[in-house]
Amino acid sequence: MTTMAERTHTTSGAPEPASGTRTLSFSKAINEGLRAAMRHDDKVMLMGEDIGPLGGVFRVTDGLQAEFGEQRVVDTPLAESGIVGTAIGLAMRGYRPVCEIQFDGFVFPAFNQITTQLSKIHNRTRGAVQMPVVIRIPYGGGIGGVEHHGESPEALFAHTAGLRVVSPSTPQEAYTMIQEAIASPDPVLFFEPKSRYWGKGAVDLEAPVGTDTLNTAHVVRQGTDVTLVAYGPSVATAIKTADALAEEGRSAEVLDLRAISPIDTAAVVASVRKTGRCVVIHEAPVFFGAGAEIAARVTEECFYALEAPVLRVGGFHTPYPVAKHEHEYLPSVDRVLDAVDRAFAH
Amino acid sequence: MPAPAKSTAATSTRRRTSRTSEAQRAKLENYYRQMLLVRRFEERAQRAYLQAYIGGYCHLNLGEEAAIVGLLDALDPHDYLFTNYREHGYAIAKGIEPERVMAELYGRTDGVSKGWGGSMHMFDVEHRLLGGYGIVGGQLPIATGTALALQYQDRSEVVMCTMGDGTTAIGAFHESLNLAALWKLPIVYVIINNGLGMGTDVAHASAEPELYKRAAAYRMPSARVDGADPEATASAALQAVEAARGGTPYLLEVMTERLRGHSVVDPAKYRSTDETTRLKGADPVVLFAARLLERGVLDQAALDVIDTETAARIDAVAQFAEASPEPDVSTLFDHTYATPVPNDSRRLPGSPLFAPAPFPGRPA
Ligand SMILES: Cc1ncc(C[n+]2csc(CCOP(=O)(O)OP(=O)(O)O)c2C)c(N)n1
Ligand SMILES: [Mg+2]
Repeated sequence: MTTMAERTHTTSGAPEPASGTRTLSFSKAINEGLRAAMRHDDKVMLMGEDIGPLGGVFRVTDGLQAEFGEQRVVDTPLAESGIVGTAIGLAMRGYRPVCEIQFDGFVFPAFNQITTQLSKIHNRTRGAVQMPVVIRIPYGGGIGGVEHHGESPEALFAHTAGLRVVSPSTPQEAYTMIQEAIASPDPVLFFEPKSRYWGKGAVDLEAPVGTDTLNTAHVVRQGTDVTLVAYGPSVATAIKTADALAEEGRSAEVLDLRAISPIDTAAVVASVRKTGRCVVIHEAPVFFGAGAEIAARVTEECFYALEAPVLRVGGFHTPYPVAKHEHEYLPSVDRVLDAVDRAFAH
Repeated sequence: MPAPAKSTAATSTRRRTSRTSEAQRAKLENYYRQMLLVRRFEERAQRAYLQAYIGGYCHLNLGEEAAIVGLLDALDPHDYLFTNYREHGYAIAKGIEPERVMAELYGRTDGVSKGWGGSMHMFDVEHRLLGGYGIVGGQLPIATGTALALQYQDRSEVVMCTMGDGTTAIGAFHESLNLAALWKLPIVYVIINNGLGMGTDVAHASAEPELYKRAAAYRMPSARVDGADPEATASAALQAVEAARGGTPYLLEVMTERLRGHSVVDPAKYRSTDETTRLKGADPVVLFAARLLERGVLDQAALDVIDTETAARIDAVAQFAEASPEPDVSTLFDHTYATPVPNDSRRLPGSPLFAPAPFPGRPA
């Protein structure tokens, strides 16, 4: 495990990195994480639509082309299949491409490359070829986006073996996780909760970069009565729910999964064995969503500890609604509280 | 688009040349009215978006008015149109009442898609607008399929499918043009080349920046036309449509300017001040008004009248949209499937819409 401070000595002539703890927005934290990774390893390169001078739709790559040049921050034509496909080819020759997809719904032209090639090449070559490709996808709703602009397609990727599917929930996690994702020898689908891009938080720019965030869930808050399992944008909802429950004298444990696939089952199981109740929250449709897998695992491993069935709160089995009805579709604190009430009523 | 006013009995006694020029005059005036309607509509949409009446994303046709009017003039009312997400003006020019287009932007039940499509996904079977599409290139294979259906059914209609310059980089473009040329489909692909994808210019996005030349790879006829000139656009489009009606698909590149940002929320900071100044002189509505004055087609007083009438119309359009009811949230599930489907998973724990079922088998 190296720290950022150690890393700076590996690249000579690079400008001094930002250091220490700073307050950064979520998007700026990813920006700093990308910058750190690019300074650390000159094989890291970024590819995507409008990521150069424009800095991407959400300005996550702001200033990076100016610092690293057009060869390492590549403005591509509008061609997602081409972006991911060429990233795979680059990875075969030792590069570590980070692809930006502009919005959740635009990953589908690249779905073919991701599921039929990217996820399978390491296995197909029996380990001879690694695929250190990161695909960054702003996802989730809450900003009045519509179809293609508010969706949460993570389960479609989690269903594919060979991919790592992760989602940070805070600026600090975003900063560290993007670096760990880039360092990963396996392809990582990096889902960025777009509703959190503007939220600020303290970021330790010298936090160690290892593999923890990709492998382990994180207990955000300790509790004894119910476990709220969340990731990405839903972690904030879980925390607000826990606050509301605390006022009612109920103690909720909040677990931030960070990785949806592979998933840290042990952390979920440990928490639910303690609390006896489990509510899973995600914006993606509940039907065949990550919550279904979690519920099955919890039922298998915590059967005798459960006080109530595992409940899920999430999107409906409908296409993503128009801006006006987004709030009905997304899991709100009230809906999570209702689910918790049901778990207690049992 | 409504046809230009028919000659009356009084004009039929005039000499042939002046009768033609009267028809021509009426046609040009109608072009101008349509262009201004789109312009004022879009300006109003921009305002309404900034006032949060409109949700989602909102891509405007500002700078594209002449192209829209020219292109749609070449289509018969029963021809089919597919567009992308930058489609408000196309919907209006296809004959859909601006009131219903604005109501759709407002997300109201009187909207073109009953408020569930929004700015990017208007669809009107009756007016044969078979969709705006939010996925870049999403409309291309679908439009191609509709043309295939027309061919199978031996129909005389054609399909027009518009897209942006940036869209020509996506795989679906090549797949579609190849299919259309191979199967000789009645379709006109139109590239609205406004020089920019979102912030990326054509030179950085296309190995062949003269986009119409891409048709050569499919042995498809193609042309490029000045999209600031509605007459030139209309005649180029007519040629393309005639080819398509005869079973020869066509690629038409229409050169336009995007006068504002990619969408209402884009400040377009990637544009230089030189560029912004240049755009001021490239406004197709201003240019066409000047041309009409210069050619004596309309005088200033007539232009002013059109301006006032259009402003009043747009006020009424906005009022209509504002007064239209919002869709009820209980209808959220109504159209996921074509008919009520057994076992449709509507009833879920935590759902606010339906009372939760009791836990099964709960001990008394
Ligand atoms: C598959 C896909 N990728 C990315 C986007 C995001 N996006 C929306 S419009 C656009 C630029 C399109 O440019 P162009 O085709 O020239 O059309 P214009 O907006 O200029 O009319 C991009 C990248 C999208 N909608 N769909
Ligand atoms: Mg364009």
